Amino acid sequence: MSAPAGPSGGSDLPPESGTVSPARADWPLWEVFVRGRRGLSHSHAGSLHAPDARVALGNARDLFTRRMEGVSIWVVPSAAITASSPDEKDPFFDPAADKAYRHPSFYEIPEGVTNL
Amino acid sequence: MSTLAGAERRGAASGREAMPPDVEYALRLGDDALVLSQRLSEWITRAPALEEEMALANIALDLLGQARALLTHAGEREGHGRDEDALAFLRPERELRNCLLVELPGGDFGRTVARLLLFSAYQLELYASLQLSTDPMLAAVAARAVKEVAYHRNHAILWTLRLGDGTEESHRRIQRGLDEVWPYAAELFESDPLVRDLARRGVAIDPSGLRATWDGAVRAVLAEATLTVPDDGWAPSGGRLGLHTEHLGYLFAEMQHLHRSHPGASW
Repeated sequence: MSAPAGPSGGSDLPPESGTVSPARADWPLWEVFVRGRRGLSHSHAGSLHAPDARVALGNARDLFTRRMEGVSIWVVPSAAITASSPDEKDPFFDPAADKAYRHPSFYEIPEGVTNL
Repeated sequence: MSTLAGAERRGAASGREAMPPDVEYALRLGDDALVLSQRLSEWITRAPALEEEMALANIALDLLGQARALLTHAGEREGHGRDEDALAFLRPERELRNCLLVELPGGDFGRTVARLLLFSAYQLELYASLQLSTDPMLAAVAARAVKEVAYHRNHAILWTLRLGDGTEESHRRIQRGLDEVWPYAAELFESDPLVRDLARRGVAIDPSGLRATWDGAVRAVLAEATLTVPDDGWAPSGGRLGLHTEHLGYLFAEMQHLHRSHPGASW
């Protein structure tokens, strides 16, 4: 057959590798959230590149759940996440440091109450 | 069994004469998985994207797992002490029973996807039915593999749709790949007295009965992907008899080299 040689045939590159579009370098980034098991919440597992959401989900399955890590996967475009900036760290987080009354540590636990 | 009969059977096996039908059948299934696993693993370090490389490697590993179970089973049923390694690495290519479709070079990504679509859709039908085999080992392998293969097929469909209904270039590439591999699909559904007899006993699945469902499923995907189904015509075959394309020899050189150079090597 006149087909191009495959990877073991000596020519590893697609027959017209010079014409491959650079688009794949532009695949958007996706954040992957995996739920370990029922009852737990999804937690961030990592990120990956994919051309669309469905492929991202498949890639996430192949990259992050190979060892039975999950029962559910979410993928979210990284661009859709609005994140706090390190520059805002002080006004965002520091004021909480000296407000111990926000912790539920001032309640007396009645005697005899277990599992609290 | 007398020593003489044993020697005769052993001689027959090494002389590429008829093997027991159930051994032959397990080798057909196992060799299909083994050879495609090797072909897919060739994409490692070469896939279009790291994520896709992992996907193809996972599929290759699934197939290798199927091959190991099936070759081990074949070796046990044969009863000549050949284990999975002996069957995978020490048989010459004329003793391989895989179909020609799986040994074709991977080509570009379009051809790899087209081949995976045709083959995984076949394997899905096959294993779904084989779960009811009267051979408990074959039934167990099929029950595990059917879920793996369902994912392989979904992955192939996902890329068939995106390449076929993608850019002009991606459409052209996968259409060309499909045109190249399509004739080889006919061999998947070939029947012969051996498989018909095993099927009558409930051990095997006669693949000719899978064609109609396969056709419907594959053609639906190709239509959605805006691809043209190639005409049925030239239908090469011979893999089940050990008559392979020239490509299998090169694949073998790479796959068997280590084991033949360092027998029993492990790490």
